[in-house]
Amino acid sequence: MTSNTDAVATFRAEADELLERIELGLLDLSRKPGDRALVDDVFRSLHTLKGSGAMFGFDALASFTHHCESAFDRVRKGEVTATENLVSVVLAAQDHMRSLLEGAETINEATGQELLMRLEQEVKMAGDAPPPEEPRKTSWEISFALPPNALVNGCNPMALLTEMRDLGECSVAADISEIPALDALVANECYVTWNVKLLTAKSRTDIEDVFMFIIDDMKLDIRQVETDKASEPAQPKISGDAAPSSDVSQTDKQRPASAPDARQAAKSSESVRVPAERLDELMDRVGELVIAQSRLSQIAAASPDLNLRAVAEDIERLSNELRDTMMVLRMVPVGTLFGRFRRLVHDLARETGKTIDLTTEGEGTEVDKTVIERLADPLVHLVRNSVDHGLETPERRKAAGKPEAGKINLAARHAGGEVVISITDDGAGIDRARVRAKAEAQGLIIPGANIGDQDLLQMIFQPGFSTAQAVTNLSGRGVGMDVVKRTVEALRGSIDLSSEPGAGSRVSLRIPLTLAIIDGLLVRVGTGRYVIPLSAVEECLELPVEQDLRSRGRSFISLRDTLVPFIRLREIFQTATQPDQFQKIVVVSTGAERVGLVVDQIIGDHQTVIKAMSKLHEDVAMFSGATILGDGSVALILDIAHLVATGQMNEALLRKAG
Amino acid sequence: MSTDERNDKATGPMTQTIEVLTFDLQDETFALEAGIVREILDMPIVTIVPTASKLVGGVINFRGKVIPLANLHIAFGMEAGPPTIDTRTVVIELAIAGVASFIGLRTDRVNEVTTLDLSRSEPPPSVGMRWRSEYVKCVVKQEREFIVLPDLQNIFSSHSETAGGHLKAVA
Repeated sequence: MTSNTDAVATFRAEADELLERIELGLLDLSRKPGDRALVDDVFRSLHTLKGSGAMFGFDALASFTHHCESAFDRVRKGEVTATENLVSVVLAAQDHMRSLLEGAETINEATGQELLMRLEQEVKMAGDAPPPEEPRKTSWEISFALPPNALVNGCNPMALLTEMRDLGECSVAADISEIPALDALVANECYVTWNVKLLTAKSRTDIEDVFMFIIDDMKLDIRQVETDKASEPAQPKISGDAAPSSDVSQTDKQRPASAPDARQAAKSSESVRVPAERLDELMDRVGELVIAQSRLSQIAAASPDLNLRAVAEDIERLSNELRDTMMVLRMVPVGTLFGRFRRLVHDLARETGKTIDLTTEGEGTEVDKTVIERLADPLVHLVRNSVDHGLETPERRKAAGKPEAGKINLAARHAGGEVVISITDDGAGIDRARVRAKAEAQGLIIPGANIGDQDLLQMIFQPGFSTAQAVTNLSGRGVGMDVVKRTVEALRGSIDLSSEPGAGSRVSLRIPLTLAIIDGLLVRVGTGRYVIPLSAVEECLELPVEQDLRSRGRSFISLRDTLVPFIRLREIFQTATQPDQFQKIVVVSTGAERVGLVVDQIIGDHQTVIKAMSKLHEDVAMFSGATILGDGSVALILDIAHLVATGQMNEALLRKAG
Repeated sequence: MSTDERNDKATGPMTQTIEVLTFDLQDETFALEAGIVREILDMPIVTIVPTASKLVGGVINFRGKVIPLANLHIAFGMEAGPPTIDTRTVVIELAIAGVASFIGLRTDRVNEVTTLDLSRSEPPPSVGMRWRSEYVKCVVKQEREFIVLPDLQNIFSSHSETAGGHLKAVA
């Protein structure tokens, strides 16, 4: 039973991959409609999907896929061209297959029917539009000689010839030169070689099939006669016989069938599919190992035993290496994410009537898997935005002296400990005057206020902010950009925005490579140890004793002429211990807002493997997670955004009071 | 009671006997279904979570995971004294809001794995008990003493409700 469900899970995973492959193939096909290798690839994927779908009991999927497969079979045979419409229908059908795969069979009955109808229509139209390719006939020269004992074994050459005649127009000549003189002749041996000229639409395999039972022993030579160039598509029509075309299907059966299969085989040997939970488990184990190792190192350091020390050092090196390797395991290339956007842009182009040229760079850049998953939605928003607000219509582009096709570029690259993903378009750019007007209207900025360019641009990330004059299906409702910003910030990333009027805009997301590790500053408050994400730390300074006393009532320090509110963590945490004599302030910031955190001691920096807090501690907003220290104890990670908000709120309250 | 009836009960949802781990909180004996117990630890290093409710006031490192340490003393209105030589942490696995989670339970003493006869169980008495009745699944009489089966789901889910109020107070 369990093995059965395992098999189904495997099938789902495989089917997912197939669907993705189909999608990519279709998208490529819409760019290069005539590409045989692509058509074959799509067909083969559909075929596999149907086959294994039926095998694992996904009957609805199998029968639906069957129709698409048949349609593509006709494309493959050259009876139908892969028009843009046909590709679109099959893309939609592919979406339907996905939902069938997820098991929503009853709901989608009507959609499926409708899709099949559209498919049929498109196939018909695509088939009608260019005259269907005539089934081509090839001439073959076949010469065969039967093994001497063939007749004894019951083979009848006449039957072979009849069968060959059924394949097409056939002329047979017997070569009797091998027949010995009468006295040397053995009556039941076969001496004749036949030369057959055959004109048929069937393939080489079909001819070989005639000799199926004796092919191993006999001499058989099948040659294709080059009456026309075989590769040339237009061959003279010979008869209206509607047999499937010959050499085309034959060549592609031989050529691409082997090529992508080989590629697939090579791929599967290179990678292993592992459920993400197992990686997490392994990660936990490695974390434990590192802790155990650090305890061992402590013991070894205190021991005079040199052997013990040597072993401890070895273990330390190994466990560090193991941890580094472990981190890399979770990394996946960003290309998997970019792949999805080709479909999105294809759909968007059809919806908006704009011509869009999507280019991608740096697909090989590796990012933590979780980051990739969480980035998908924000990127969709940004790409939609670029298409809808950024790119102009072809007419307007022409008028502006730009090429009709708008360009969107998705690029990823590493920069330090971060990955930068940027979406660049060559559209109209952000209209700053309109952003300003809108921001003023919404009361986000004071009319006429002097505001930095970057700050002004960042206004588009405010909730409910949209400069689109018309709300379209795509965007303009003012939801989305704030979601983008929030998601990116939750990933501890930031957004840069640059835009040049008339030349386009670029949005760059800077995201840390992994969610699993951060650099942190380890501090002590009372008896507890806490981690502050280093990326948020601006500076550390001492809180002078006199200022400490003076500031009892108002919690501000003046830092280079600006007032920074500070929070005494010992008060919030109610440590019930004596404060250290010299209190320290760690100034942290999110964006432009700063707040000082008063701590007892700054211990040092600490690379931290982040562990999520349990559901039971979801209500504790002060901490974003926890980490395990070298001695095996747990330290909590401060949630800077929350603390800064608290500090700012306190400040506002005090201002009001004061 | 006829044999048929007993069979019905044995195979039905109300199984007659269950395997439990018994432990003490102060002078009271409690029991947990053995199936949810994952491990029994000596007192680990506890990290206090400031601003968290007292019921789950700390976290511990359990095999590289950070799990909450719950103090059932609080739920049953007891004072948790300083740890003694008998103090143990029982790690259980429980679904919290649909997510299987590990939780450490601080106990004053772990006794044994034993079999409880549920036919001798009684629902929590509505009077004469100083505890909130929804925190107790049932009370089983075994050899002159009473063993309490706490309703962990209720304890931890009501925690989240009260925690909501707590959160507002902090913010």
